[in-house]
Amino acid sequence: MAFDKMELRDIEVWDGNFAAAQAMRQAQIDVVAAYPITPSTPIVEGYAKFLADGYVEGEFVMVESEHAAMSGCIGAAAAGGRVATATSSQGFALMVETLYQSSGMRLPIVLNVVNRALAAPLNVNGDHSDMYLGRDSGWIQLDAYSPQEAYDLNFIAFRVSEDHDVRLPCMVHQDGFMTSHTAQGVKTLTDDVAYGFVGEYKPMNDMLDLDHPVTHGVQTEEDWHFEHKARQHNDLMTKVMPKIQEVFDDFEKLSGRKYNIVEGYDMDDADVAVVCMGTSVETAREVAGEMREKGIKAGVIGIRVFRPFPFMEMAEALKGIKAIAALDRSSPNGAPGMLFNELSGVLFSQKSDAALSGYVYGLGGRDLTKAHLVDLYNELQANADAGKVLTPLQQFIGVRGPKLSFL
Amino acid sequence: MENNGWNEFEIGAMLRSFDGAATDIATTHQEDRNYSSSNSFTASVADWRIEKPLFNKDYCIDCQFCWIYCPDMSIISRDKKMIGVDMDHCKGCGICVEVCPTNPKSLLMFAEQQNEEEALAAWPEKEEKEK
Repeated sequence: MAFDKMELRDIEVWDGNFAAAQAMRQAQIDVVAAYPITPSTPIVEGYAKFLADGYVEGEFVMVESEHAAMSGCIGAAAAGGRVATATSSQGFALMVETLYQSSGMRLPIVLNVVNRALAAPLNVNGDHSDMYLGRDSGWIQLDAYSPQEAYDLNFIAFRVSEDHDVRLPCMVHQDGFMTSHTAQGVKTLTDDVAYGFVGEYKPMNDMLDLDHPVTHGVQTEEDWHFEHKARQHNDLMTKVMPKIQEVFDDFEKLSGRKYNIVEGYDMDDADVAVVCMGTSVETAREVAGEMREKGIKAGVIGIRVFRPFPFMEMAEALKGIKAIAALDRSSPNGAPGMLFNELSGVLFSQKSDAALSGYVYGLGGRDLTKAHLVDLYNELQANADAGKVLTPLQQFIGVRGPKLSFL
Repeated sequence: MENNGWNEFEIGAMLRSFDGAATDIATTHQEDRNYSSSNSFTASVADWRIEKPLFNKDYCIDCQFCWIYCPDMSIISRDKKMIGVDMDHCKGCGICVEVCPTNPKSLLMFAEQQNEEEALAAWPEKEEKEK
């Protein structure tokens, strides 16, 4: 079956969802098994339309739930196809059981996760609860802060995930509505260049290789299970980061767009830094620039690769910073925030005396405003001057009612 | 294989059926196939069985019913001649006995510890139909 190529302008005005759908078309995915959920629906809808219009050679499988969507992707990936899908929030939560299956079976599936809050109460807007829910599932997790990055990171995800040394599924995250439904200029790759970068799918242990029959999805008990999990963790810890760096480098050569495992902004001489993810990174960068005009040496660290967690890269990035804020956009529900905990581990292991404080913000799509970040940077500067955290270790930003802080 | 370290397995707990390529497998008898050590053919599950089928070739008409119905491919048949039961993989379900059409049956279930020669010697007589 032949397919048509699509003429794209050098810069198209796309939202994050359409950018991801275009990347899925250009990567020529063989199978998309999907179930719709706000705000990620336009991604798989977009792929389905490209397929129906003859722009892609593949299969779209309509299933009855997100659990079935990922199960279909697992079957297709085990059979030997290039496979992707998309989901959000409750759908992601329903998918969790199969997320562990796909990573444990070492199947290179790309999952676009348009981040959205988890009920109850029901909420369709963007926070990072679903992204955090997936963090122990054995997937690679990349985070896009804009439609451009959602587009680019899809190509990068396929390259990393399908590499035979890696063979681990990969999520590409973007913020619900703030990225997924906000149209911005996206610099495009031509169909040939994009496909050339992703490359022909190279099957490994595929079930359609009938001369080499294989069994996928086996049972192992206490005699073998530990070894397989150890192997998976080893590969996440040792093989994924070098491959991501290699693919980032290749992508920069191709497009001129540079991605980093840890995205530092104005960090070279910074005294204080905000560490965050998603669209908040761009807001924080703007505020950091304004704080510098007021004499505060402010920097921002965006996490591009969320899993595997860039422990040593973060240690390097935080070297010499006096006060650090970890911003978590997911309710920790009875603990310090995830980023606060991860950064605590990094700083403690490096015997750092930086003042680290945690903030919970933006739940259910609540805006993180520039005014919030100005206050936050001022608190960080006070911490830096004092050489210790002067506030409680965990504070809520932007919630109505009496000031909420703990620890 | 059971003592392999974490770095000695193929990734994803994927198991191969055969060592090397299996290009002409449909026309190759099981005993001539290059089964891998992770294939269930190389493992005995005889201890799953409580009762076992015994085969009496004197009454067999080689109809192949048992071969067709066996859910575990444990009936060994060559050139459409029934040879016996693969006792490493038979789980004693008794379906072969159930479908055997001869009178008396050519396959009957016995306790696992039953001596085969004694069983054959004491095989039931042909049942006369009631007029």
